[in-house]
Parts: sequence; C-alpha cells; structure tokens
Amino acid sequence: MSGTVTLQSNKTNTVTRTESTTESPVIRWLLIGTALLFLLFFLILPLIIVFQEAFAGGINLFFQALTDPDALAAIRLTLFTAAIVVPVNIIFGICAAWAISKFRFKGKSVLITLIDLPFAVSPVIAGLIFILIFGSRGWLGPWFLSHGIQIIFATPGIVIATLFVTFPFVARELIPLMQAQGTEEEQAARVLGASGWQTFFRVTLPNIKWGLIYGIILCNARAMGEFGAVSVVSGHIRGYTNTMPLHVEILYNEYNFTAAFAIASLLALLALVTLMVKSIAEMKVSGGQTTTEL
Amino acid sequence: MNLLLVVAGKKSKPARQKNVIPGFGLTMGFTLFYMSMLILIPLGGLVLFTTSMGWEGFWQSVTDPRVVASLRLSFGASLLAALLNAFFGLIVAWVLVRYTFPLKRVVDALVDLPFALPTAVSGIALVTIYSQNGVIGRYIEPLGFQVAFTWVGIVIALTLIGLPFVVRTVQPALEDLEKELEEAAASLGASRWQTFKRVIFPAIQPSLLTGFAMALARAIGEYGSVIFIAGNMPYITEIAPLLIVIKLEQFDYTGATAIAVVMLIAAFLILLFINLIQWWSRRYTDEN
Repeated sequence: MSGTVTLQSNKTNTVTRTESTTESPVIRWLLIGTALLFLLFFLILPLIIVFQEAFAGGINLFFQALTDPDALAAIRLTLFTAAIVVPVNIIFGICAAWAISKFRFKGKSVLITLIDLPFAVSPVIAGLIFILIFGSRGWLGPWFLSHGIQIIFATPGIVIATLFVTFPFVARELIPLMQAQGTEEEQAARVLGASGWQTFFRVTLPNIKWGLIYGIILCNARAMGEFGAVSVVSGHIRGYTNTMPLHVEILYNEYNFTAAFAIASLLALLALVTLMVKSIAEMKVSGGQTTTEL
Repeated sequence: MNLLLVVAGKKSKPARQKNVIPGFGLTMGFTLFYMSMLILIPLGGLVLFTTSMGWEGFWQSVTDPRVVASLRLSFGASLLAALLNAFFGLIVAWVLVRYTFPLKRVVDALVDLPFALPTAVSGIALVTIYSQNGVIGRYIEPLGFQVAFTWVGIVIALTLIGLPFVVRTVQPALEDLEKELEEAAASLGASRWQTFKRVIFPAIQPSLLTGFAMALARAIGEYGSVIFIAGNMPYITEIAPLLIVIKLEQFDYTGATAIAVVMLIAAFLILLFINLIQWWSRRYTDEN
C-alpha cells in the first residue's frame, strides 16, 4: 500500500476518498480559494507586474534598455560568472555525492551538515566574510593588491561570493538520489571489468542524469540571480562590476523603471524556464526523489 | 560477492569486504579541499575576527540602539512571515495533495518560484504593487493602510521568500499519510475537524515545524527582496543585513561582524532545532 502511494507521489492523488475521509464541497472550495488567492497575491501578481512594467513603454523601449552598453556589460558579466561557478560546483557536487553515497566512513552526517552550511549563512554575511579576507583592509587583500590582483570590487570577488552561495545546490540534489540507488550496479560494472571512469560515465551518470540536471539549473538560477553576496563585494561599478541583478537595482534607484523591469523580465524568464526544467526533471525521476530545499 | 572475497586475499577479514568502487581518495580529497578553502576556512576566519575584537567591543557594537532596533525588526518580521507561511503553506500543501482543480500542475510548479526568481526582481515587483500608484497600493493607501516603506511591506517580502519551504516539507508528509487512519477515525465517530486535529495534524506537525524553521532562517538573512520595499529608515525600517552593508561601506568591519555573529548564532540555533525535530520525529515513528 505505502509502496504504491510513494510511487505516485508526484502525480495527482488517485486515492479515492469516500465521504467520511474528505471535506464537504463548501469547505473544499473555501480552502482551494484561500490557497489560490494567497499564491495569486504573493507569486502570480509580482510575476505579471514584472512583464507588464517591462513592456509599459512599448517594445522599442524594451529592446533599447536591453541593448544599452551597461546592460550588455551586466549580462556579459552574469553569464561569465555562471560559466565559471556552475561547472566548478558540478564537479564538487559529483565528487561529494560519490564519496558520500558509495563509501562508508565516520563523520558522514557531519559532512552532509557542513555541505548545507552556506544555506544557513545570510548572503550579506557571505559577502562580508570575503571582504574581511580579500578587502583592501583585510588579511590577504593588501598582499594581493601589491601583486596587482584586485579581488574585492572586481570580477574575482563576484565569482568567489557566488561560488559560496551556490555551493550546496548540486551536491544536495545528488546525495539523496545516489544514496537511494546504492552501489550494486557500480560493483557489477567493476566486476565485469569496467574501469572507474567507465563505471561512472556508463552506469552512474545515466542513473543520476535528471537529478543532476535539476541541481545544475537550480545552481545556475541562483548564480545568475544572486544579489546580497554579490552586492557586498561588487562595488557597483557601472559597466565593470555590475551583474544583472545589481544593474536592476541601479536602474530602479535612478527611477529608470522601464529599463529596470526590462532586465528583471529576462531574469524572470530564466526563473520560469528553471521551473519548467524542474517539472520535467521531477517527472523523469520517478518517485519524486528530488528534494526541494532552497 | 563471494567471488570477490576470494580474490581479495586471504588476510583480509571476511567481515570487512573490500569495496571495489574506486575514487574515494580523489573525490573525498577534492570535497574536503574545496569545502575547506571556500566555506570552512573563511567562516573560521570570521569567528577568529570576532574573538579578536573582544567581549567589550562585541557587546558595545551589539547593544548600540540602532543595531538593537534592526535586529528586533529582522527577527520580529521574520517570525511573523514564517507564521504566515506556516498557516497558508499548510493550506496550499493540503489543497495540492488532496483536491483536484484546474491548472493544478501549473500551480504546483509555481510554488517554487521564489527559489528561482532573483530576489531583486521580486523586490522591485512588490514595491511597484504596493506603492502609492501600484495595483494594490492605490486602493489601500486611501484607506489608511500603508504597506510600502513600512514593516508590513517587509513582512510581505519575507513571506514571499519563505513561501516554498512549508509547502514543500508538508506536501510529502501529507502524501504519506495512510487513508486507513482517517477511515478508522471516521468509523469511530470523529468529525472531520476532530480527525484533522487529533490524527492528521500530529502526523504532519514535525514537517510543519521544519518548514517553519527553514522559512524563518531564510527570512532572517534575506536582503535583496526587502531593501526595495522597506524604505530603510534607521531605527524604523532598517533590517539587520542592510545595517551590515552600511557598516561595511563605512569600513566599520568590527560593527558589521558583530551583527553578523548574532545573525549566524540565530541561524545555527535554528539549524540545530531542525535537526532535533527530525531526530525526534524519526524516533517517534520508530516507536510506533
């Protein structure tokens, strides 16, 4: 009984309910109405406003805002940051999940808790930590500066801060998935003569494909959208150290609302694509193995 | 497996099978190295910096009236937002698991939007909605309700940010609930409300508390979505993360770190609380 229920967990509930185990239609629709109204005010309305404001000045103004040199520089920096951060955290996520799920060792639960640590740290504090280290008055900052390397208020700082806040995403998706899958298939592959890399690419990777994709798009969404941590270390230099979210802030504070929402609409579009891929990935990972925490 | 034991050699103890899967040294080594460089050593540096400022300096920074006001606002607004999320999140989870209605799949997917939408985007959207000329603001401001640039706006922004946590932790708990329990309650004469209060609610309580604590932790540290709608007036609508940023801009590293330490301690206590709930609920289910 419980087995079949978990298998259908992500599909519509097909358990037939008799009158004694469900509510009267009035209460049912009252609850549905409350839930939908809550989501309408907190999710759907903000989403609609973003697109409506972006096109409020017409399609020409929208494209003008996106092709502004500063906007293009911000888009380029955001893509550049994500292009470094996402692959590094994919490699870490796969390594951590492999070590944790395929081997037995002491302190495993401590390690898993430590991986989640960046979730407990406010993004602003993440930025603060790296200012203390690499800032011009920090511990290592003066040394780096004397060697001509600027980290804070420059691209390296933005990349490091983004690495910090997106650190757990891929690992978090893969660890429970790979723990549930066990080690039998890999052991069989090895006994049949496959090398370590062959085992990973032919056996493990196909098994974790959708969980991995899900982790990657979540990591990417956060990498491109991170505001607090990046804001602290960026210095907000137009055209140089402004990512897309920071550029949204600057435009908004300059009362250039249409341009701010034009950039914001690109980020909102990214969020919608992320949710779409997530839904597909969840359908593919049967049984709803994926966790959805932050 | 038996074959492997033979190959593994005579001297290895039979109780400890040799793991044929390679890569432990490489993956574990990289994991520990990367985690130490990026997370543990920097966080340790923060702790070290705090101890170097001494108790006096720390206490002086933390008891500054402006800091106290910002911390009180951050914790208070976050608590309120997490409570709102616990109430409405439970209803949303319930509706998504139990009932069918048009576009349910789309609604279910949209619940995760706050995870995917950059906080700056939700920030400027919310302030546009609730400011004087906004879709909602223009109707409620003449009635005397001001949301934008007050603590109410802060609570709304924090509620949006924490929205998915309760829904996503309660949903699986509700799905795992066995129908037979409710049938038994009904056949013993319990009303629907009694069944909910006595049978369903105790079963989902641990996950509800976990979701509440996660939403709370997230809200305390939130920055991007709040600063647009908050108004950022010192002592009144200035949240603690913003004060950290302001102090950093003034190169007051000690003051910024002191606030950060208070927030980190709160976050770790919440993390501990979540782990305790999970440990407790596991024990509870094992006993039954």
